[in-house]
Amino acid sequence: MIKLINVHKWFKDLHVLNGVNLNVNQGEVVVVCGPSGSGKSTLIRTINQLETISEGEIWVDGKSVTDPKTDLNLLRAEVGFVFQHFNLYPHLSVLDNITLSPIRVKKMDKAAADKLAVELLERVGLAHKKDAFPAQLSGGQQQRVAIARGLAMQPKVMLFDEPTSALDPEMVGEVLQVMRDLAKSGMTMMCVTHEMGFARDVADYVVFVDQGQIVEQATPEAFFGNPQHERAKQFLGQLRAH
Amino acid sequence: MNYNWDWNIFFKSTGIGNEIYLDWYITGLGWTLALALAAWLVALLLGGLLGVMRTLPNKWLSGIATCYVELFRNVPLLVQLFIWYFVVPDYLPESVQIWFKQDLNPAVSAYISVVVCLGLFTAARVCEQVRTGIQALPKGQSNAAQAVGFTVAQSYRYVLLPQAFRVVIPPLTSEFLNVFKNSSVASLIGLMEILAQAKQTAEFSANIFEAFTLATLIYFTLNMSIMKVMSIVEKRVRIPGLMVEGGK
Repeated sequence: MIKLINVHKWFKDLHVLNGVNLNVNQGEVVVVCGPSGSGKSTLIRTINQLETISEGEIWVDGKSVTDPKTDLNLLRAEVGFVFQHFNLYPHLSVLDNITLSPIRVKKMDKAAADKLAVELLERVGLAHKKDAFPAQLSGGQQQRVAIARGLAMQPKVMLFDEPTSALDPEMVGEVLQVMRDLAKSGMTMMCVTHEMGFARDVADYVVFVDQGQIVEQATPEAFFGNPQHERAKQFLGQLRAH
Repeated sequence: MNYNWDWNIFFKSTGIGNEIYLDWYITGLGWTLALALAAWLVALLLGGLLGVMRTLPNKWLSGIATCYVELFRNVPLLVQLFIWYFVVPDYLPESVQIWFKQDLNPAVSAYISVVVCLGLFTAARVCEQVRTGIQALPKGQSNAAQAVGFTVAQSYRYVLLPQAFRVVIPPLTSEFLNVFKNSSVASLIGLMEILAQAKQTAEFSANIFEAFTLATLIYFTLNMSIMKVMSIVEKRVRIPGLMVEGGK
């Protein structure tokens, strides 16, 4: 479903992505972790071209993301993206946040979009908030709406860029629960996160990124039980120390 | 100081037909409104477009808008008006020139010049307000719009502009007030708006103080009412739950 072949990216002199190869099959859940500044956010953002790449190829659902002939908007419509800071549209109600792109991009009629939005809100446990505005919701609620907004496009893949990092600790659980349910439903997911409990329970495999390279790629059991790479060991040690 | 205040002057005959001085001010107010509203319409449409252009990634489009702003913002308004009124018409095609200089009522040709001048001048200022309004939005908003597959036009229409519009209401209100105040330059090319009427009243009646006091009061009341209306608009469109725009 997602394929990265020898992806490089430079920010001026900084080599942020250094020859990344990755393959995510349909229905798989992949957790990407790594120290701060390792390039993991950049990596996930290249998949729907929120970041361009300097070299290499990226394929999503058999279409080349990096080919200039590809209709990027069409492709992005099939890839849900959840941001660290939610990025809900503050001027629109929860319902309108969710229906905006189905109506405008997929040309869905308003009634059908509303119905879909309410179903999705029920799924994330926020049907009673459909008329609220983002600023009236807690961070955890905003992130659940953001996930519903992503799902409303009926994407083939969902990408999560540190979805719980901006949340107060007591709200992390509710967002992870939604993501667990989503994983169970068979959604192909790629998720940058430090929530190792989530990785252990849900991920098919864990990808460890350091200095723009994938230095380890293993099942959660192998990764947590017996990390191979020195940096991965250090990283896990630091996580446990907390 | 020996000055005979006479507030009844406005109800006295001007000596021309059966007009009283107040009638002059009413005519003047009509011209001022017609000037300011038309110029504001030009400024808002053109300035909005230029403001958006300045935020686009396309270097040509943003460059054109930047040049426009620098040109119109750095030349005094009065100089611009004289150029539009005295110079530009000479470079128009001959038929348009004859129409502008001879066929048109002189008041109307002066009116057109001022509307064009004030509209284009204010557009440069509106452009800057709109640009900063858009740039003040969190980067995540355009990211979010891109990520769902919106085209650039759709991102602006549905996500960025509705938010930027709310941010720029207060600075745009003060530009709107400036348009009314700046419209007084029209008096220098003989258009009988409020200031010109006040000058004429002062000359005819010798009641200088009353004449300019009334003009002052009219401008003041006009602008205070606009401020009131705009603050109502601002409250109406305020986003629930957000006291101040921006933040996240």
